[in-house]
Amino acid sequence: MNSIQILEERKSQIHCNNGEPFDIKCEKHSIAGSVSQRACVFCGSRVVLYPIADALHLIHGPIGCAAYTWDIRGSLSSGPELHRLSFSTDLQENNIIFGGEKKLYRALCELIDRHDPNAAFVYATCIVGIIGDDMDAVCKRVSAEKNIPVIPVHSEGFKGTKKDGYRAACEALACLVGTGQTDSISPYSINILGDFNIAGETWMVKNYYESMGVEVVATITGDGRIADIQRAHGAKLNVVQCSGSMMYLAKIMEEKYGIPFIRVSYLGIEDTSAALYNVAQFFGNEEILTKTDNLITAEVSRITPGLDKYKNKLTGKKAAIYVGGAFKAFSLIKTLNCLGMKTVLVGSQTGNKDDYRKLKEMCEPGTVIIDDANPLELSRFVLEKNVDIFIGGVKERPLAYKLGIGFCDHNHQRRITLAGFEGMINFAKEVYSSVLSPVWQFTPRMEKERSAL
Amino acid sequence: MKNVMENIVMGKTINNKEFSAATQNPCKLCSPLGATLLFRGIRGAFPFLHGPQGCSTYIRRYLINHFKEPVDIASSNFSEETTIFGGEKNLFEGIKNVYKQYNPELIGIATTCLSETIGEDVSMMLKEFLREYSSEIQAKIVYVSTPSYSGTHMDGFHNAVYAVVSALAQHGNKLQNKIGIFPGMVSPEDIRYLKEIADDFGLDRVMLPDYSETLDGGPWKEYQKIQQGGTSVNEIASLGHSSAVIELGHTLETGKTAGTFLENNFAVSRFSTGLPIGIKLTDKLFSIFEKLSNRKTPDKYVRERERLVDSYADGHKYIFEKKAIVYGDEDLVISVASFLFEIGIIPVLCASGAHTGNLKRVLSEIAASYDREILICEGIDFENMYEQIQSLDADFMIGNSKGHYIAKKMGIPLIRIGFPIHDRIGAQRILHLGYRGAQQLFDIITNTIIQYEQDSSSVGYSYM
Repeated sequence: MNSIQILEERKSQIHCNNGEPFDIKCEKHSIAGSVSQRACVFCGSRVVLYPIADALHLIHGPIGCAAYTWDIRGSLSSGPELHRLSFSTDLQENNIIFGGEKKLYRALCELIDRHDPNAAFVYATCIVGIIGDDMDAVCKRVSAEKNIPVIPVHSEGFKGTKKDGYRAACEALACLVGTGQTDSISPYSINILGDFNIAGETWMVKNYYESMGVEVVATITGDGRIADIQRAHGAKLNVVQCSGSMMYLAKIMEEKYGIPFIRVSYLGIEDTSAALYNVAQFFGNEEILTKTDNLITAEVSRITPGLDKYKNKLTGKKAAIYVGGAFKAFSLIKTLNCLGMKTVLVGSQTGNKDDYRKLKEMCEPGTVIIDDANPLELSRFVLEKNVDIFIGGVKERPLAYKLGIGFCDHNHQRRITLAGFEGMINFAKEVYSSVLSPVWQFTPRMEKERSAL
Repeated sequence: MKNVMENIVMGKTINNKEFSAATQNPCKLCSPLGATLLFRGIRGAFPFLHGPQGCSTYIRRYLINHFKEPVDIASSNFSEETTIFGGEKNLFEGIKNVYKQYNPELIGIATTCLSETIGEDVSMMLKEFLREYSSEIQAKIVYVSTPSYSGTHMDGFHNAVYAVVSALAQHGNKLQNKIGIFPGMVSPEDIRYLKEIADDFGLDRVMLPDYSETLDGGPWKEYQKIQQGGTSVNEIASLGHSSAVIELGHTLETGKTAGTFLENNFAVSRFSTGLPIGIKLTDKLFSIFEKLSNRKTPDKYVRERERLVDSYADGHKYIFEKKAIVYGDEDLVISVASFLFEIGIIPVLCASGAHTGNLKRVLSEIAASYDREILICEGIDFENMYEQIQSLDADFMIGNSKGHYIAKKMGIPLIRIGFPIHDRIGAQRILHLGYRGAQQLFDIITNTIIQYEQDSSSVGYSYM
């Protein structure tokens, strides 16, 4: 595989955990001409706000950005499903020349009349600022006329990376927080931040908290509702998952309302238990602590027997992880360990230096750590490390399959819950059904392995 | 540009309604996607989008979900500074990096709404680039302008065909047996079948594009920087020597096309016909092949046609006067509607997100020839389509997978064809074209209708 050259400019973004000094470069703009697995600012905002189901999400720009993000996440709603529709101002050449404000105004009014949403988010795409549209002014006007919050999201694609899109989304959310009533909120109350209710995961996590005796004020943004977000400042604690996207909001809320936050992950038995314990301990209430103990004990003993079957088959298998935010990778590594598996390649689109340092500490020597990888690099290392399963998003799937490697979708397109205790079983089953499938026997990789024996 | 929907009865416009300012659930994609797909059908070619990162990632994701194959697209990765100071530096570095890493034979550059809006003069930049770096970069560089605010992915596709042919075609001695085929945006299976037909006629054909291998290939021993297969730069150059070119798709009957370019500049005879779906349109294509090869249709295809006619007889009663909703890319919609008419199904609504006038122009004629009234909608989105369908009492929908939610709401079957199909496996292997494709479509449509009635009947008949 030496035929695949790593570009000189990219070498500093790859670290092979072989004892050399750790100095990975990250949080860099992708170099020109690369095939990055990253997206753009708009993408960051869009995925974060997407699950808010009773809001209108209008994308101001030419059709592409709306078409490619239609029904893009498996985020479920217990009620309205406005989020699953794709709205665009579909700007045409004359709008580019004469400006798109009028069209935006008309589109907003029309859609608000048609759908009666509780708020509207208006996403700026690349060209909005360039053609000189004053999106803020239009939003303000429509908000006054229609009497609902109409919030501009400054997500012009080129103005940074996906992370800047997260920030823009959090700023939009911060406009809503603090505008609702907070009476009758329990002293034992939290907001769930950074779970997107993929396949119903937020519901599961919310159930855990409720059965512990903790009130969940708002779920941001999984199965999200505008009214809940507006009163989120009444909660006593923010519990933040997917910290890459939601830390900005947690920090804003800490500063503005004095609400502390903790970072958690609901992936795997260890991290899920830790999340629930940490919340219980934060409140320090005996009853809550007891209930939490009982819940965790019951859940762990419920799922453990089922896990053994998978563990027996998966022990010793090797995994590659490539995720958006590095925080998810921490949990994945632990979860794979729990199944007796080893992580030999781990990377993320948007990790920072601390994240990568932590990954280095968690992984065995020889593990490749990589920032903002491209398909060439990923394939080179998965073959070199002879991995059995690739855990990533939909862009990585065909790459794994082409090379005869199992795959587990850990991104927003999936339909299976991977969070919580239940999710641990599902995750094990997902990995098992791909790694153990007999179909790989016909692929060149296995044929090569066989002939080497 | 005003979006209007036209309700047409037998070719007459009876109602004009202004479309709303908002698009809800689009029935079209942006033009860079089409250009990218075209470049994927050229051997050793690497698509490159001149714009921000998101465009290439979104388009990659969209294509990957359909073809289930890796689709690498490079980007010049515009940043804020690039947007202010221009993209020349990123373009140059990008091309050099792609060349260094992928060693392509051709780099296909398409623009985006961002680079177009800031007024990038890409062709000037490329001239400059070649002046400076032509000794280092051996790859051909082809550029196509694809502003996302103008037209649809189909325009991007056809404009890219034009750009490639006009950049690469070379003069040379005319070769009697050599022909070009521009199949339009069809499936890899369709391309394989067209190649088989042309080969069976003994023609020396150049297919552009040919992503039959690049986007539907086997497993890999090691990473293929650029998937194997596709039409080579030399083959495209040789189009200038060909005696004839066949362009498929009714939308290419008029206007500036790659075929008219070859006709005007290289004296190549141009044959234009619709996508060959169903007997009538396939007969037209075969008569062109017969003429160009000076041979009769090989027996194999005569048999295919006979079997097809035979099956039409076997199935006709189950489908007669059933009502279909046909939607998607104009060329596909027109040809599928023509096929449905010939088997007795009425395509009560024919719709596309594109708005070129072609749907109305061609379909109103076909409908009139069958003495049927149908509704033709251009520039539609799925929400408008849903509204229209309410009063149509349709039996099934036929089109890409994005209409699934409507079919579900209406409680009628959806037959998936065309692009994109994101919720099923095997979209690459759907055959739409020729007698063989019509056979498959006919069997699927007829059986879908039979199954629907069987499933909803309390008797559950065990014979047809």
